[in-house]
Amino acid sequence: MSNFTVSGSPHIQGDESTKKIMYGVVIAMIPTVLFSIYFFGIDAIRVFLLAIVASLFFEWAIQKYLIKGPLSINDGSALVTAILLALNLPSNLPGWMVIIGALVAIGMAKMSFGGLGKNVFNPALVARVFLLVSFPVEMTSWPKPKPITEGLADVITGPTPLGIVKEGLGANKTMSELTPELPTYTQGLMGNMGGSMGEVSALALILGGIYMLWKKIITWHIPVSMLLTVAIFSGIFWGIDPEHYADPVFHMLTGGMLLGAIFMATDMVTSPMTKEGQLVFGFGVGLLTILIRMWGAYPEGVSFAILIMNAAVPLINMGFKPRRFGAKPGVALNN
Amino acid sequence: MDNIIIIAISALGGLGLIMAIILYFIANKFKVFEDPKIDEVEEALPSANCGGCGFPGCRAYAEAAVKSAKENGNLDGLNCPVGGNDVSQAVGKILGLEVEAKDPMIAVVRCNGSRTNSPGKVNYEGATSCSFAHALYAGEGGCMHGCLGLGDCVDSCDFDAIHMNPETGLPEVNTKCTACGACVTACPRDIIELRKRGPKDKRIFVSCINQEKGAPAKKNCAVACIGCSKCLKVCKFDAITITSFLAYIDFEKCTLCRKCVEECPTSAIHEINFKPRKPRPEKPKAKAPEADKSVARKTTTQKEVVTQDLKDEKDNKE
Amino acid sequence: MGILRTFALGGIHPPENKLSANAPIETLPVPKQAIVPLGQNLGAPSKPIVKKGDEVKVGQLIAEAGGFISTNIHSPVSGKIFKIDNAIDGTGYKRPCIIINVADDVWDDTIDTSAEIVSEIKQSPEEIIDIIKNAGIVGLGGATFPTYVKLMPPPGKTAEYLIINGVECEPYLTSDHRLMLEKGREIIIGTRILMKALNVKKAFIGIENNKPDAINHMTELVKSHDDIEIQSLKVQYPQGGEKQLIKASVNREVPSGKLPIEVGCVVQNVGTAFAVYEAVQKNKPLVERVVTVTGKSVKKPSNFMVRIGTPISELIDAADGLPENTGKIIGGGPMMGKAITSLEVPVVKGSSGILIMEEGESFRSTEGPCIRCSKCTYVCPMGLEPYLLSKAAKLSNFEMAENESIMDCIECGSCQYGCPAAIPLLDYLRLGKLKVGQIMRNRK
Repeated sequence: MSNFTVSGSPHIQGDESTKKIMYGVVIAMIPTVLFSIYFFGIDAIRVFLLAIVASLFFEWAIQKYLIKGPLSINDGSALVTAILLALNLPSNLPGWMVIIGALVAIGMAKMSFGGLGKNVFNPALVARVFLLVSFPVEMTSWPKPKPITEGLADVITGPTPLGIVKEGLGANKTMSELTPELPTYTQGLMGNMGGSMGEVSALALILGGIYMLWKKIITWHIPVSMLLTVAIFSGIFWGIDPEHYADPVFHMLTGGMLLGAIFMATDMVTSPMTKEGQLVFGFGVGLLTILIRMWGAYPEGVSFAILIMNAAVPLINMGFKPRRFGAKPGVALNN
Repeated sequence: MDNIIIIAISALGGLGLIMAIILYFIANKFKVFEDPKIDEVEEALPSANCGGCGFPGCRAYAEAAVKSAKENGNLDGLNCPVGGNDVSQAVGKILGLEVEAKDPMIAVVRCNGSRTNSPGKVNYEGATSCSFAHALYAGEGGCMHGCLGLGDCVDSCDFDAIHMNPETGLPEVNTKCTACGACVTACPRDIIELRKRGPKDKRIFVSCINQEKGAPAKKNCAVACIGCSKCLKVCKFDAITITSFLAYIDFEKCTLCRKCVEECPTSAIHEINFKPRKPRPEKPKAKAPEADKSVARKTTTQKEVVTQDLKDEKDNKE
Repeated sequence: MGILRTFALGGIHPPENKLSANAPIETLPVPKQAIVPLGQNLGAPSKPIVKKGDEVKVGQLIAEAGGFISTNIHSPVSGKIFKIDNAIDGTGYKRPCIIINVADDVWDDTIDTSAEIVSEIKQSPEEIIDIIKNAGIVGLGGATFPTYVKLMPPPGKTAEYLIINGVECEPYLTSDHRLMLEKGREIIIGTRILMKALNVKKAFIGIENNKPDAINHMTELVKSHDDIEIQSLKVQYPQGGEKQLIKASVNREVPSGKLPIEVGCVVQNVGTAFAVYEAVQKNKPLVERVVTVTGKSVKKPSNFMVRIGTPISELIDAADGLPENTGKIIGGGPMMGKAITSLEVPVVKGSSGILIMEEGESFRSTEGPCIRCSKCTYVCPMGLEPYLLSKAAKLSNFEMAENESIMDCIECGSCQYGCPAAIPLLDYLRLGKLKVGQIMRNRK
């Protein structure tokens, strides 16, 4: 018989693991992935495969030859980043740009901070924003979704609904004039509108969100506070002047709002640690998104909003501590 | 067009001038007087900021040294272990004081409970922290005084002078040691001691701090000091004392005669950096280098340190 | 029944594994040699008053309290003192022990060993406290805090409620459960004695509702008493923690760094209540206790009534021996118990169970990087941030650890249990508590 083991308590461990969480996120993304393949066809598969292979390769290569640390390629975190990155790209993006995106996501946003768990910004979003500012034309010529069942004809590119609104309002048109150009709510829910691969189908994203809530991978705090903030603020402006501001439901269903709220802002590494902090974080993201969408230069603001709030997370963590047992509510113990 | 350039230059230049004047007055107004000697002393220090002197850094030490020189006229109790004699002489010179030369010291690990000498009876799993393991249990080998081998001393060292030997599971000190004492405080079991470096790095010490009686001590570790007093009897210089079944060699009194090393029945007394002895046929335990390697129980680990140390020195010379 | 009571913050629900819940308490034969450690309680160790060669009877005083927070120790066996020497305890450290060679089983004359239940309480509160003090009773839940100290509230404080802890939230352990089923009447009388000593009007007995038989049995027994109430609590670890139980039972929060008496509560374990009954009504000091021997690989998970000082190897033998693939032996439960280094360790007053884990079961997964999932923060019953505290302790930032109230940690292990990266959070938290404690003591 071998020696007994000695260790501190506890002597049992729950069945949670990093791997389980990461693959849980991957499972939650499957409906979205399937919808985007349905709408964008072979091109979508190409972008997904490229992003996954490139991300995994960079993760492996950097860990093996630059950091020379233990390999953690199996934990699934690079896979999650890869799929999230692909969901943030237009399906007709040239392959080499996808690879650059993967390098930026893994190399710059994740590994240069020290790898999993140490990055400040969401890797997939850093890569998206990097590509957006580097290749604005390619990153904003969104292919029109064309269900795979309707054959593999040439894709037509066009602006996103948010782009239509931005440009239209900029050209002094009113919302009622623009409405015929915009997708209906049903189309928005199902995903039949222009946009990046993961932005198109609200239904699939919500499905994934419900799955992650059920598996306790995410809590409701960030998505709910973020969406509520967006709804309230866009609602106020829409109530004041429906001709110049889009309605809340439109804001919810278009662009990266749901993708951001469900998969991006809830990223464990780059979101606050306490539930109170998460509510504040969600509020900040929602507010910044609306500000950028209404008055910013870009039609879409979710990625920038999340990245800006990512930077504020350490501050939020310092300011919003959990309520200590035995302390009066709202009063820190040592003050 | 010319006007614009002139306006721009004069505006920026004027702004700069005004700022410079403000800064000049502020700097004068809030100037803090500092003895220039503090800077000089700090310059002479090794800038390791190790805290070995007991001050938070070299700057704090320099301030304390200048203050002490001004108020007490000496540098008593202010010792830079890293800089050693050279630095204290230099500091003394700056402050115009005579400084006594001190013997150079080195950290010594007083445990030889390696994996072979004190085989593991249990396996440890958990945080790599000696302080935590010390609070949790006695140790893998069962000796409650012995080295836990989790490397708190290695983490504490700023000079790359102490390393874990993966074979023995014990830390080893190399010649880079500056005797700053960080590892001495880091060790939860007080195994590491600062001892005199000795002429040509020759040292003799008891490599055990087990205060148990002979039999229980020996049960857990083959090379434990069992308090048999043999070394005490053989020592002609009163350098050895025995308290609670543990021998201790006073390095101030020890003359490095090596009699006790031969006498110790459990090889708990170690000699370092001595030349191998001539083989003595009448005593089978004598330290012939060849015989030494074959006798596993005999201080094999220490032997490695010796060679390592010598090699280091050689490297340094080159 | 409505919503079951429980505590507010955090908490986890590990697999219960109460394998020995249906095994009645067996009385184990007296060992051949008893090893009685002198430091069996929280606080100062006791001082021996016997010497080598003395003859002792069961229940005879062999060591006296060595300070205010310290207790008497009575001989658990009869025979001759073999020696007073150092012997290893569960951690492998050598501590002073009285080792007795057992001859017969002769009890001290003053002890009533009959099975008859005495329900009338004759003694005054002062006398009760005195008896409890002399009988060497400590908290039998595991903390081993001397019981009489808890019964003497500091000046200016009065106890309002007595809470009897029958929660047993640790997985595997069933000693309190069995005790409630088999010695329920004695526990109720013990509770009444404690109530009289403390002069409180109301007592609660908190039991988690995974023990419905115990709840029913105890409810049946207190039908005639209005002042004792059985509370059925929602199953949640660490409900057996003193502060958590008070929160669950009477919804009061003990302020940080304070004792339960601050909110007018005194908490005692059911085992302690039973020991109090025996001491006061039968004049029997604390010489034996119920110990669970359990584990997935153990052939006969059992509950034993054993004498203090019995080597645990005898208990394991009585449970049909040590399984081949044993990887770890734990004194106590899997969440807070201590790993034992040797089988020669004796049962002490604080031993509630012996848990034998298979090789694969006891291994920790490899530590990964923290992914900041904040699961540790969600489950912490004290509202702390274990990820932050363990990092601070690891990097020796003890000032920060102290400011983030590391000393409030009750070491329940919930954080480490749920950590997906398998970080030994509690190891570092303990290290931090150790160092911060030293720093705080030095400051005084």
